Amino acid sequence: MSAAMTQNAELALEVRGLRKAFGGLPATNDVSLSIAAGERRLIIGPNGAGKTTLFNLIAGDLRADQGSIKLFGEEVARLRTDQRAQRGLARTFQIITLFPRDTLAHNVVLAMLGLSPSRWDALRPLSRRRDLYEKARGVLARVGLESAAERPLAQVSYGEKRRVEIAMALAQNPRLLLLDEPLAGLSQEERQSVQALLAAIPRDITVIMIEHDMDTALSFAERITLLHYGKVIVEGTRAEVVAHPRTREVYLGA
Amino acid sequence: MNRTALIACAALAALIPLVAGDYYINLSSQILIAAVFALSLNLLVGYGGLTSLGHAAYMGVSAYLSGWLFLKFGMGHLLSAPLAVLGTTLMAALFGLIALRASGIGFLMITLALGQVLWGLAFRWVSVTNGDNGLSGLTRPMPFGIDLTGAIPFYYFTLLISIVSIACIAAFSYSAFGAVLRGTRDQPRRMLALGHNVWMVRYVTFITAGFWSAVSGLLYVYYHKFIHPAALALTNSAEVLLMVIAGGTGTLVGPVVGAIVVILLKNYVSAFVERWTMLLGFVFLLIVLFMPDGLVPGFKRLWVRFARRHA
Repeated sequence: MSAAMTQNAELALEVRGLRKAFGGLPATNDVSLSIAAGERRLIIGPNGAGKTTLFNLIAGDLRADQGSIKLFGEEVARLRTDQRAQRGLARTFQIITLFPRDTLAHNVVLAMLGLSPSRWDALRPLSRRRDLYEKARGVLARVGLESAAERPLAQVSYGEKRRVEIAMALAQNPRLLLLDEPLAGLSQEERQSVQALLAAIPRDITVIMIEHDMDTALSFAERITLLHYGKVIVEGTRAEVVAHPRTREVYLGA
Repeated sequence: MNRTALIACAALAALIPLVAGDYYINLSSQILIAAVFALSLNLLVGYGGLTSLGHAAYMGVSAYLSGWLFLKFGMGHLLSAPLAVLGTTLMAALFGLIALRASGIGFLMITLALGQVLWGLAFRWVSVTNGDNGLSGLTRPMPFGIDLTGAIPFYYFTLLISIVSIACIAAFSYSAFGAVLRGTRDQPRRMLALGHNVWMVRYVTFITAGFWSAVSGLLYVYYHKFIHPAALALTNSAEVLLMVIAGGTGTLVGPVVGAIVVILLKNYVSAFVERWTMLLGFVFLLIVLFMPDGLVPGFKRLWVRFARRHA
């Protein structure tokens, strides 16, 4: 017990008894999760298992019916999405949610403004904020998109947009990063480059990832949580979860 | 629009009294007032993606306040003008709390309802508004002792205020806040996830739009020296929305072009046809059919196509 208590201080995310139902249908059914600071956690489960709902509950896009969500020890279940972002939570979306008319650099600048007091500056022209655009190019360089920084987002490929999603999250220097299927719809080469990108995320950022591509996902995560019908079915190390009979039953279909 | 273009337009506008008679000078004043009014609405419609059908409320209330403060307390313009703008801005702060409980069509309906309430009040609250007779016997201010009775001095006064207003609105739209506002229009959910307080961004914009609308309301009442409930009517809200949409939402030039088109049509055509609003409807229909994103973006596209063909 005391060991668990001391560990609590180091938890990036602690979810207890989380419930969310849509019209009587439970999408998240008594989910509890403990994720240590710096951990790489993979969340798997068949379609409709409630993975994205769980992310939306953690990020604040949905309000939980019941349960607690602690972000680095602080209860955030009643906070708005933007307030949780202010506390170091960043996410990417399964369906690309970017600003197509703006340049890649501008997309990243909007991400940086989210946590900067400059976002309330209604007088100075944003285009004169060379410091912000310089930093944005730096972040884009981290995902290998520096040369495309001035191109409108609508003109870059799907794979590049996925990387912009990640760049925007990284631009916020988050403490906890939620990645919702970062590899969805990518070609084999693109997968490898994004995979390398994810592996390069510094260890002071805790990462929780939903992913279907098992090869990539399994090499990335240390611990895996298997969701099914909104419930945590299996949780453990890579080897434990893969070997578990329930995993084979509900997910691997063996 | 860049700064040089803005200065060139301002210089051209300053030359109008040299070549035009009083009728056209007054028409130009009306256009400037409508342009500030339309640009204030464009902050909500164009940059915020929040279509308001009650924007006349802020223009009208500011005009009424200015007139009422003069008639009731004999207050000078130096005091009544800031009070009218302040009062109207506070009202926007209150209305924003109500209207921004929704977005999209809900927002439109609430702004419409609030506008209609004020319009009804202007008609019925006779002890304050003088009902259907309106408030008359108002005066124009005399800044630094300059008499603004004539068309020319009033035009230059209006031009000066308009330029300052347009410059401030331009700065607002080019600022970090302006970029964030456009972000909340395009991807509100993403903006929330990035840490932007979308509601607060919209609320600040709502109040800012109310403020500049109040400024146009002052110019409006100074121009007419009279205020009637018609200024608060739905047709006034619809007309200014028409200016914004016809000219091109989310651009700086669009609402100004829209103001020019609507005011000219209104003044020219109403001299010949009683049902000039029908023609206005026709013109609007044509714009929507052939240039759905407005005249300014539409002509820009035509120009690009033309330039490419002849390159």
